[in-house]
Amino acid sequence: MKFKIYRYNPETDAKPYVQEYELDNVEPGTMLLAALLRIKDEQDQTLSFRRSCGEGVCGSDGMNINGFNGLACITSLDSLKQPVEVKPLPGLPVIRDLIIDMDQFYKQYRAVKPYLVVNDPMPEVELTQTPKQRERLDGLYECVLCACCTTSCPSFWWNPDKFLGPAALLQASRFIEDSRDQAFEQRLENLEGPFKLFRCHTIMNCVHVCPKGLNPTKAIGRIKAKMISRSL
Amino acid sequence: MSSDVTSIERRQFDTLIIGAGGGGLRASLQLAEADLSVAVVSKVFPTRSHTVAAQGGMNAALANVSPDNWHWHMFDTVKGSDYLGDQDAIEYMCRAAPKAVYELEHFGVPFSRLDNGKIYQRAFGGQSQNFGGDQASRTCAAADRTGHAILHSLYQQNIRAKTHFFDEYFAVDLIKDDEGHVLGAVIFNIQNGQIMVIEAKTTLLATGGAGQLFKTTTNALINTGDGMGMAMRAGIPLQDMEFFQFHPTGIAGRGMLITEGARGEGGYLVNGDGERLMERYAPKAKDLASRDVVSRAIAVEVREGRGCGPNKDHVLLKLDHLGEAVIQKRLPGIRQTCITFLGIDPAETPIPVFPTAHYTMGGIPTNRFGQVVVPVKDTPEEPVAGLYAAGECACVSVHGGNRLGGNSLLDILVFGRAAANHIIDYLKENKYHRSANEESVNEIVAKIKRYDQPPSSSDTASETVANLRKELKQTMEDHCSVFRNKEILKEGVDKVEQLAERMKNVRIDDQSFTFNTAKVEAFELENLMACALAAIHSAYAREESRGAHSRTDFTERDDKSWMRHSLYSFENGLDYKPVRTKPLSVESFPPKPRVY
Repeated sequence: MKFKIYRYNPETDAKPYVQEYELDNVEPGTMLLAALLRIKDEQDQTLSFRRSCGEGVCGSDGMNINGFNGLACITSLDSLKQPVEVKPLPGLPVIRDLIIDMDQFYKQYRAVKPYLVVNDPMPEVELTQTPKQRERLDGLYECVLCACCTTSCPSFWWNPDKFLGPAALLQASRFIEDSRDQAFEQRLENLEGPFKLFRCHTIMNCVHVCPKGLNPTKAIGRIKAKMISRSL
Repeated sequence: MSSDVTSIERRQFDTLIIGAGGGGLRASLQLAEADLSVAVVSKVFPTRSHTVAAQGGMNAALANVSPDNWHWHMFDTVKGSDYLGDQDAIEYMCRAAPKAVYELEHFGVPFSRLDNGKIYQRAFGGQSQNFGGDQASRTCAAADRTGHAILHSLYQQNIRAKTHFFDEYFAVDLIKDDEGHVLGAVIFNIQNGQIMVIEAKTTLLATGGAGQLFKTTTNALINTGDGMGMAMRAGIPLQDMEFFQFHPTGIAGRGMLITEGARGEGGYLVNGDGERLMERYAPKAKDLASRDVVSRAIAVEVREGRGCGPNKDHVLLKLDHLGEAVIQKRLPGIRQTCITFLGIDPAETPIPVFPTAHYTMGGIPTNRFGQVVVPVKDTPEEPVAGLYAAGECACVSVHGGNRLGGNSLLDILVFGRAAANHIIDYLKENKYHRSANEESVNEIVAKIKRYDQPPSSSDTASETVANLRKELKQTMEDHCSVFRNKEILKEGVDKVEQLAERMKNVRIDDQSFTFNTAKVEAFELENLMACALAAIHSAYAREESRGAHSRTDFTERDDKSWMRHSLYSFENGLDYKPVRTKPLSVESFPPKPRVY
């Protein structure tokens, strides 16, 4: 099986290049991460990428695979056209090979104040929440912060410092929708203006690439609707 | 670029926390809120830590679903530990559990809910009402993504508290002075190779387990026993490392975890004859017996030819009778995992499973305050000044010979918090930094620089990380698995000793200072080697069967000779210390035959 992998080491390379690798005896059902690990172990120790859980839960190994962002550990080679072209996630600076600098992504995540705010004194037991209220968080809380969505978004490519991007906005929605949260007004206010939220043009790349099957565009739409009904 | 020892950056903090999983983040939050300066050093961005992969839930006697109290939970935990757990720590943990859950809920964890709005609790293995009576529903869950929900919420609260993170820095070794005080650690920035000295009045190890010791494992690739390796090299023994948990339901041959919650929700195991096998091994608790019991049962079925599939090498976990609605609501994560990795939907097709390496019961010995303790002369547990450990890397020991499902998340939260509270008190008495031990610093720096030179062509004895690691994992799988005996273990001891010796000849081909993951893997392998030595030596020596340590040549538990903790160190080899059988306020649970 053939692979074409993006390589770049700022210490030695004037510019990025593509390196070809070949693996024999790739069993059906093998995930891309397993192939990358084999290349690193058997052929080239210098090939660099992030990875951890290997089952799509930790969000470490987001990369661009044959033109689509995804997690290497849950992308089966069976489904990929050869040679498999692997690049770093687009739109953010490359540190080395498949590893991008995610600082801007995390900065936008922090910008939505992604934590529960409760101003009332806490009870000595749990805050109650009905199953129905809790259901509103489904599709929002499962995000693994892999950045596949945000780095597939043209609006983010153009304005990475001003548009918060789908991942951060999904988090904003996760707290706006939480019946326990008491910062509803401030959260909506925080998203005012032409850029932070409203740069979303419903291109929906985020939805197509999300490895967890989440729908940031829908979450953004829910926030927009709340902002509009609030301003009326 | 790497620099001269004299020009190495130095930072000072009240507390250095190594590891940003649930234990580290619970501690950092407590410390940041107490206005102490805290540095959290993690080799991965915090939400990549392995806590994120915990599925089923966290035990606490909230009594939201079935009648419950902490004392019943304590009994189950002591029994589950096969009487190797320390009962003071277990009482402390079970008493603290409800508060720990409520705190998490207040931090924003999106727990699943009951109709009355309270936290959903499910049945889990080894949990009973009334000291061994009916099954208890004690495990607080956020669907089957509880670890993810907890880790993200804790990280978010740390953002609020403005905790200082050093993301993608690798801690290599602890700095120690001649009086035995731990003064921080030498770390390097993975992104650019810069070495940094973190001087800290207190250091908390929260680095997680060593599941990468085994070939087939539920554990993340980062679970390489880093804190345990660091402790060993600082002269601290590792405790009870022979007790390694094999989870009954890893996906056969692949290792992905299928939560015990699948059986808690009503799933069960069937063998090649279509028989519900656990009815024979645990007539009362059946599929919700302790993990060691269920794992052995599966291994026996397969060994005796009653496995499933063309090679009869696994059993099946049946969930299809639960209906799609229950599976989608309570077990959506494992459903997706099965679809992704097996191409089957558990709502229709049973899942092939086999016992898979899962959890390190042993670790760095601590007391219930999280202080690392070592034997000094006649005192079995003397605190190491300035050093703490919490979570899977530690051995308090609340899990003893076998951990109950749902007690791991509980452990990290209760003891992450307890360690932080003790640190807060300790810092009141110890206000000033001790001067750093330059000799100790220089040694560690030299070690980091070892890999900066390319392998020379005259280097005949060169070894690669990948080959050694592969051999180590295969050796542990073959020689330190569910069933063990003297011959198998002796061979294992010899092999691991040889591998550890060969570790000295490791060379790497990557001399870059930019995100050099080959270098990180070399240090990780060194840590795994230390854990492997401790595990295999302790297992070879323990001539009894207790908890997860099953000897086919010593099939019974031997409380007279072996109700004691193993300690293994580089300096002294094996040593032992008594189990703390005295709880804090209640009567001790004396050892009894363990029946489920």
